[in-house]
Amino acid sequence: MATAPNKKATQDVKLDSHDPEKVKARLLSKYPPKVARKRAKQIVVNRVDPDGKTPVISSNVRTVPGLMGQRGCCYAGCKGVVLGPTRDIINITHGPIGCGYYSWLTRRNQTDPDCTADGHNFMTYCFSTDMQDQEIIFGGEKKLKQAIQEAYDNFRPKAIAVFSTCPVGLIGDDVHAVCREMKAKLGINVFGFSCEGYKGVSQSAGHHIANNGIFKHVVGLDDTIGEGKYRINLLGEYNIGGDAFEIERLFERCGITMVSSYSGNSSIDAFANSHTADLNLIMCHRSINYVAEMMETKFGVPWVKVNFIGGAATAKSLRKIAQYFDEKELTDRVEAVIAAEMPAVEAACADVRPRTEGKRAMLFVGGSRAHHYQELFAELGMRTLSAGYEFGHRDDYEGRRVLPDIKVDADSRNIEELAITPDPERFNPRISDEKKAELEARGLQFGEYDGMMPEMPDGTMVIDDLSQYETDQLIKIFKPDLFCAGIKEKYTVQKHGIPLKQLHSYDYGGPYAGFKGAVNFYHEIDRMVSSRVWQYMRAPWQEHPELSATYAWE
Amino acid sequence: MLLRHTPTEIKERSALTVNPAKTCQPIGAMYAALGVHGCLPHSHGSQGCYAYHRSALTRHFKEPVVAATSAFTEGASVFGGQANLVQAIDNIFSVYNPRVIAVHTTCLSETIGDDVPQIVAKAKADGKVPDGKFVFHANTPSYVGSHVTGFSSMTKAMVDYFAESNGQRAKTINLIPGYVEPSDMAEIRRIAGIMGIATIMFPDTSRVLNGPLTGRYKMFPDGGVTIEDLKKTGSSAGTIALGRTASLAAARALDAKCKVPCEILGLPVGLHGTDAFVDTLRRMAGVSVPDALNLERGQLVDTISDWHQYLYGKRVAIAGDPDQVLALTRFVVSLDMRPVHIVTGSPAGKKYEKRLREAVSEVPEPVNVKVPGDMLLFHQWIKNDPVDLIVGNTYAKYIAKDEDIPLVRYGFPIYDRMGHSYFSTMGYRGALRLMEKLLDAILDRKDRDADDITMELVM
Repeated sequence: MATAPNKKATQDVKLDSHDPEKVKARLLSKYPPKVARKRAKQIVVNRVDPDGKTPVISSNVRTVPGLMGQRGCCYAGCKGVVLGPTRDIINITHGPIGCGYYSWLTRRNQTDPDCTADGHNFMTYCFSTDMQDQEIIFGGEKKLKQAIQEAYDNFRPKAIAVFSTCPVGLIGDDVHAVCREMKAKLGINVFGFSCEGYKGVSQSAGHHIANNGIFKHVVGLDDTIGEGKYRINLLGEYNIGGDAFEIERLFERCGITMVSSYSGNSSIDAFANSHTADLNLIMCHRSINYVAEMMETKFGVPWVKVNFIGGAATAKSLRKIAQYFDEKELTDRVEAVIAAEMPAVEAACADVRPRTEGKRAMLFVGGSRAHHYQELFAELGMRTLSAGYEFGHRDDYEGRRVLPDIKVDADSRNIEELAITPDPERFNPRISDEKKAELEARGLQFGEYDGMMPEMPDGTMVIDDLSQYETDQLIKIFKPDLFCAGIKEKYTVQKHGIPLKQLHSYDYGGPYAGFKGAVNFYHEIDRMVSSRVWQYMRAPWQEHPELSATYAWE
Repeated sequence: MLLRHTPTEIKERSALTVNPAKTCQPIGAMYAALGVHGCLPHSHGSQGCYAYHRSALTRHFKEPVVAATSAFTEGASVFGGQANLVQAIDNIFSVYNPRVIAVHTTCLSETIGDDVPQIVAKAKADGKVPDGKFVFHANTPSYVGSHVTGFSSMTKAMVDYFAESNGQRAKTINLIPGYVEPSDMAEIRRIAGIMGIATIMFPDTSRVLNGPLTGRYKMFPDGGVTIEDLKKTGSSAGTIALGRTASLAAARALDAKCKVPCEILGLPVGLHGTDAFVDTLRRMAGVSVPDALNLERGQLVDTISDWHQYLYGKRVAIAGDPDQVLALTRFVVSLDMRPVHIVTGSPAGKKYEKRLREAVSEVPEPVNVKVPGDMLLFHQWIKNDPVDLIVGNTYAKYIAKDEDIPLVRYGFPIYDRMGHSYFSTMGYRGALRLMEKLLDAILDRKDRDADDITMELVM
């Protein structure tokens, strides 16, 4: 049991003058006993051992019906998150109209269609088979086949992907067979994803299915080794509000060549060629670690965790890349870029910090940002009282060290694990064991992610799959200065009089990554915590209801 | 170009929908359920649907949209969602304490054939529904109709579950406003109020989805029709249903169940649409129209005459939901404008299409109509035969930008502008606002296109 042994140790730890264990008890008090028992394991008072070990948190477990959490589904994780940002694949949603409709342009994955010669960009379109009741009854394969044909006839794409929704699995449509048939017929790459909404317990299953599909059907199709030095892939960066553009700008300045991006501003050709890179960088560990692992096993490309959220984090991540390639030319350039870019970041931070210092934030976002953005808040002198993921797994919370202890439960058992072996011809370890050991001795971690909890102070509250009720209680108890979550939470939190920063959509701003992004973020947080609007909630006559004024003529 | 691949050549498509002009049923049901006071909408399906529906409504209204979900897993999807729904009902009443839960379904629970009334009965038998609390439901399969169908079904469910006749006829008139903005619902009620008529409006999302910021979050805001009032609808003198596709089912159900006579009208958009509404109200309630309303009408007519020259003959493309599209088409025709490309994504039926074609029968040029159609076809029509103005939801801005045509945002969803939830486009006053928007778009464009010589100060 995770919580029992920690209780004693954290007893004297105060969180913003509250006893976090008592807060936890209050969060649980209204739940029926079974729900309280389950939620007790997902609400953890953080405590970090000297060696970085944290309490166990229950995560990636099924959602409690009726509790009103933040989660979406497997389809959203697969089509919406991982494959949505690839501009030159026609993504057909096989299902009734809703799934395609709601994932149509609602995630802000920017793309630059003119950076590849063919100029393809289908991201502004929504393609759907718009299943009707007759397809539910008689099956939808015929319509899907015809839809693929019509997509080809009207748009001449170089690839078509098909995404299954809830009813597809139930009625037994074989989308993979349809894709194989149409691939043979049309002579372009056509592939399918069985990402029915009910699979797994959250978006996370969809990430895994997307990783598998793209690895199986695309990665490795093009062995051309392109030009440029220091060839990397940027994984798990979706170019929300232009984040990846800012990171690409820095790569360019440093002389680092980006082979592919998974999948902000991405193209299918780059995926096909991505196994030729010499290093994988992981931003969002949750959504893309599968591709990184598979690429390492099959092709010998190692990966390191990076974080481009925050000025210091960006500098650190660039240095990691330089450390890996270990050449003076790159190291010098990276240092020169950091030296050139950091002063503006530091100046902006110094300007803003007097107004943000000591403010308190809470972050409940997806599967990676609740961790990454704590770094930015720390730069602003802000404290994170509580954080959590919608759909992170234990390794995202506690670090990959716990991977061997994670048991896959019944709800996630049917998510396919691909059996990957080294490619007989193309496996090529990019770095020798000796070199790896040497770099590790110098502090470069390969294939590691330490998770969010080791970086959070003792007594902070880590909450997985936060519910609406818990949100309301946290706000009433702590009255934080800023709450970070998504669109569904935004206006409920703001009705409490607390500003909410959307860390999915960035409230339509950005970029927030890299050096320029940090500056944008500082200004945005300054605006939010300093806004006058939160003083307007009570009318003058509500503040002083008695008619006690003296009038001039008296 | 945002929609750079849209081909000018139109090829018949039978299987592929591109850029839909509709979405799926449950979001409409969720919206309708939010128009009941103290109600928590509940989505009986996997949680992705409810996350999407809440997000879409939130983006449109910039307001909290609360709802719960059964959160199906793969196991439940195979063996049925009874345990999920029973547990959800227990948790919802224990934790959130709504007065009523409105359950709708998704393609998942509909495909597996979950029997919601049976599951709710089980929850009741197990003591999971406290005294004085209610659970009602509508079946909303996403593979039938559109979001408007879902709205219609949930509105009808309010009648099926709650309306009862006490054997007497009250003077109240039931108003079923249709899938319209909270501001429209308030305006429709205001008009009846000016006429001195007591009404029961259902659903009613005004003050639910355009509420105040006070620093106190109320999960169940002050607005919404109460269960008590829903019960009384069965004893009202009559029902006026606005918008056939959204409101007819509930009005007919009330007639069948409680013998409340009903009139089905188009949405009260524009002069004639509002005239029909006011005249029907007057006759049904047996009152005369007060001067205050005659004044509003006269002001509208005055404005139409003042600005007619800029609207006359202007060619318009309209996309949206069927009730809005029909009412708007009638309005712009009454202004001597020419709707030439008209699309609704909802399969509103042959009779609907006939009404739409009648509405444009006097337009002196060919008119493209597609029911149901999508926004790719709409865009292709515009490419082949450009217009002066596009009226549609936020997604139409990609077409407007590509083709450099002014856009008036109208209908659902509007993700990128404010105003719609506070300022109605219905009634005489709403018609003034709608005209203002049409004129602003046309005149801003005229100013933009004018050169230094032809620029006008006075218009």
